Amino acid sequence: MSYTIGGETGPWELVIGLEVHAQIISKSKLFSGAATEFGAEPNSQVSFIDAGFPGMLPVINRECVAQAVRTGLGLDARINLISRFDRKNYFYADLPQGYQISQYDQPIVGAGTVEIELESGETRSIGITRLHLEQDAGKSMHDQHASKSFVDLNRSGVALMEIVSEPDMRNPEEAGAYLRKLRTILRYLGTCDGNMDEGSMRADVNVSVRKPGEAFRTRCEVKNVNSIRFVMQAVETEARRQIEVWESGGVVEQETRLFDPARGVTRSMRSKEDAHDYRYFPEPDLLPLVLDETWVAALKNDLPELPDAKRARLVRDFGISAYESAIFVMERATADFFETVAKGRDAKLVANWMLGDFFAALNRTGRNIEDSPVSAKNLGALLDLISDATINGKIAKEVFEIMVETGDTPGAIIEARGLRQVTDTGAIDTAIDRVLAANADKVAEYKSGKEKLFGFFVGQVMKAMAGKGNPALVNEALKTKLG
Amino acid sequence: MSLDPAMVRRIAKLARIRLADDEVPRLQGELNAILGYVEQLAAVDVDGVAPLTGGAQMTMRMREDRVTDGGIPDHVLANAPDRIGDFFAVPKVVE
Amino acid sequence: MTMLDLTIAEALDALAAKRISAVELTEAHIGAVEALNPRLNAFITTTPDIARDRAKAADAARAAGNAPALAGIPLAIKDLFCTEGVRTTAASKILAPFIPPYESTVTARLKAAGSVMLGKANLDEFAMGSSNITSGFGPVENPWQRADGAKLVPGGSSGGSASAVAARIALGATGTDTGGSIRQPASFCGIAGIKPTYGRCSRFGIVAFASSLDQAGSMARTVEDCAILLGAMSGFDEKDSTSADRPVPDFRAACARGVKGLRIGIPAEYRVDGMAPEIEKLWQSGIDWLKRAGADIIDVSLPHTQYGLPVYYIVAPAEASSNLARYDGVRFGARVDGEDLIDLYERTRAAGFGAEVKRRVMIGTYVLSAGYYDAYYLRAQKVRALILRDFTEAFAKIDALLTPTAPSAAFAIGEKMDDPVTMYLNDVFTVPASLAGVPAMSIPAGQDARGLPLGLQVIGRHFDEETVFAVSSAIERAAGFTALPGLRAGATP
Repeated sequence: MSYTIGGETGPWELVIGLEVHAQIISKSKLFSGAATEFGAEPNSQVSFIDAGFPGMLPVINRECVAQAVRTGLGLDARINLISRFDRKNYFYADLPQGYQISQYDQPIVGAGTVEIELESGETRSIGITRLHLEQDAGKSMHDQHASKSFVDLNRSGVALMEIVSEPDMRNPEEAGAYLRKLRTILRYLGTCDGNMDEGSMRADVNVSVRKPGEAFRTRCEVKNVNSIRFVMQAVETEARRQIEVWESGGVVEQETRLFDPARGVTRSMRSKEDAHDYRYFPEPDLLPLVLDETWVAALKNDLPELPDAKRARLVRDFGISAYESAIFVMERATADFFETVAKGRDAKLVANWMLGDFFAALNRTGRNIEDSPVSAKNLGALLDLISDATINGKIAKEVFEIMVETGDTPGAIIEARGLRQVTDTGAIDTAIDRVLAANADKVAEYKSGKEKLFGFFVGQVMKAMAGKGNPALVNEALKTKLG
Repeated sequence: MSLDPAMVRRIAKLARIRLADDEVPRLQGELNAILGYVEQLAAVDVDGVAPLTGGAQMTMRMREDRVTDGGIPDHVLANAPDRIGDFFAVPKVVE
Repeated sequence: MTMLDLTIAEALDALAAKRISAVELTEAHIGAVEALNPRLNAFITTTPDIARDRAKAADAARAAGNAPALAGIPLAIKDLFCTEGVRTTAASKILAPFIPPYESTVTARLKAAGSVMLGKANLDEFAMGSSNITSGFGPVENPWQRADGAKLVPGGSSGGSASAVAARIALGATGTDTGGSIRQPASFCGIAGIKPTYGRCSRFGIVAFASSLDQAGSMARTVEDCAILLGAMSGFDEKDSTSADRPVPDFRAACARGVKGLRIGIPAEYRVDGMAPEIEKLWQSGIDWLKRAGADIIDVSLPHTQYGLPVYYIVAPAEASSNLARYDGVRFGARVDGEDLIDLYERTRAAGFGAEVKRRVMIGTYVLSAGYYDAYYLRAQKVRALILRDFTEAFAKIDALLTPTAPSAAFAIGEKMDDPVTMYLNDVFTVPASLAGVPAMSIPAGQDARGLPLGLQVIGRHFDEETVFAVSSAIERAAGFTALPGLRAGATP
């Protein structure tokens, strides 16, 4: 059933749209040749263009345009072969030119869609309204000095994509799923690193509420929310606030608000908005951006496999479940890792290992798949050692933990620690004889019908063999000996 | 369209230019004279005419993605009225 | 006749023949600047030390046999061009302390061509004006004098450049033209000046007034000198997205082409009500001269001419309001402290900008603001398209247009200053070519009853400066303009 929030006057539906600002991966800025790396010394990645000096002029970076086109293609969106740049005028300490170069009514990318998957297994299509290119502003720091703010322009002029969704989401889960999916797509494409804590992806959340069946009511925009969890919280908090306003006989006013995660509330930024009249007009320092169709086609041709296609292929090629596949494709590196290990091996076993011990180990050690202590090659080797009965499953888990700790190959660990599985039936028989002799009473009980004790004997034998006995052989020999 | 004193103040505020009270009537007169003069454009038939937005009738060239600039904080900061360390300093902004 | 009376072409010959040295030529000009600038106020900043260094370098290069095209030619540089290490003010108090750490492309080219910078020429503040009275560094005086002794304006905005060249304290100058800022002062000061096609000269490093209109050009005492200078200033620049990637023709050679068989258009709409009879007469003389030189004269119509000025006075302020937002006292220029950031902005800009700049920034802010954009800015850009169409249609039938440059000769400081609109009417003949982006040149062609110079304007097709130079040279030859201003270097006061 559809998601609602119950108010005093009955259930309310949520209507959610997101505007995502995604920093484009490029070496240099959108309109200048200064570098874009995160965390550089203050004002060290600033050209006179980025600092808005007199007479400085913007010249557009081809790679940033290509990244926007790739993203548009990845969102299954229309690429506008003619687009234009406009100036958005406002004064702020970290906006050196006094305007931001953006695209107002003719963006580079038009309508597209993103498919999201929900926990229920359902999928939904979220519409993309548009994607446009714009420059980022610099950074003001307000906590460095008692009476002054400090301005660092390193980020000024870095290329951003603003990706605007349709108001197609109806609950916090969908908003979260949309953001996650969008981030996955951007990372696959290599157009944005999706790093929300470094600010390379930020979201403005548009929220309104309505009674089921009604037309849209007034929306509010919650600005600059910087994690997926906060977006989901902000949606709910803002929706509840609006419901309260409506139900107490008030009217929700269209405004910009700020989410305060510490206090769990949104608050008005209206004071700031009053002075804003952005006076958009066509940027006269730039010409229309006209894209060559063959260039766009070449970019399309070079696109990597995207998550939806990859998910379907992994199911088809490896016989894993849709659920497992969906988890693997969330990060391209994870899917690559799976494919590397699964190639020529039992894919089901690989999936079990990755979803179990492997992810647990990553979580525990706080590492990413990219810098995993256990490489795809080593994990593959470990699984091979199980398949060829060099070690048994239990020892494998032990070996794996050592691999996590040391990064060593499983072969080396097994050799160094003598963990090779014992398949010598003579050694197994000796161990069984010793166990049966030491437990004559239990043997008698077993023989008188207490067959449950079989497991006990297996355990004792394995213990006697320090876990290295081949379980199948031990079972077989025990059965014979116990008659 | 004629500007009243409140509008003159609003425009000055948007343009971030402080006006003294006695400047308002003078500016109101001057700005209205200019607006009155440009009013004649209302007589031109512009139906179906695409606006001419730039001075050049060309399309845009793109530059290659190379780092060719930056690394000159001393030059960037050399003209700053208030520089603290490698930052531009302004009165504290309360957000 | 002294070194100061040489044309650039003559000076280059004299330098090449080693009849004079660059150091001698430069010293003569430095002396003339020192003598006359206190009166004319044509320079905001003089740079005699730089001039001497460059003159020495020019002589050395010539001695070594590798003198570049303009080696040793002393020039005035409009103080709108950023010059590395040399204060650049745009004639605004807000930029009074500004020393650019970079060089404009045009001045870099002139420097590479061996020219000698005498100093930074005065102008209307941020190039907004037609009389040079809006300069934050005081008005410039026109070296031409009226019998009544009133000080005359040199026109604007490139008034310092025009005054310096006319008074023979510089052989040539750079100017910029947004709606007539090269051509109108050239006309007022009895010199030649060309605004080339938009995109011909790079705008990189030129303090922006109205980006879609601003264009650098040359000012000198002859058409040929303008051609020589413009050749050195022009060319593709990858740092300006609006710069045209096309070869620079030999402008100087074009001056000698002649006009035989060229079709010269005479636009009916430039015959405005109340045009001074002497201007109408001069225009007719121009027509006769070109006819006699073998051109065909064709009456044409540019029906939207009268809307040029109102379009200009919406588009230029709109762009300016945005271009001037960067003067906020944070990264460069003058600052007036305030209680908070907004207070700092408002005080800084109130103190730093003069009255005309404030007016235009406010008009520009208004015409772009919510609710007014369509009625003003968008409509103006549509009419601008119609103005361009007028030119395109006319140029299907003709090769160049001939018009007067300005509706009057130079006026006195204090005249025409009752209200801004009266002052704006100065640009009525020059603005349409700016809006269309086509090249246009003013040539000194005659004098009014009071002996003040009057110019004629030649307008050409996009990127066809060669025809403009050819027609202008023909007018120059026929007009035989030899009158000299009263205030000039070497003249007995």
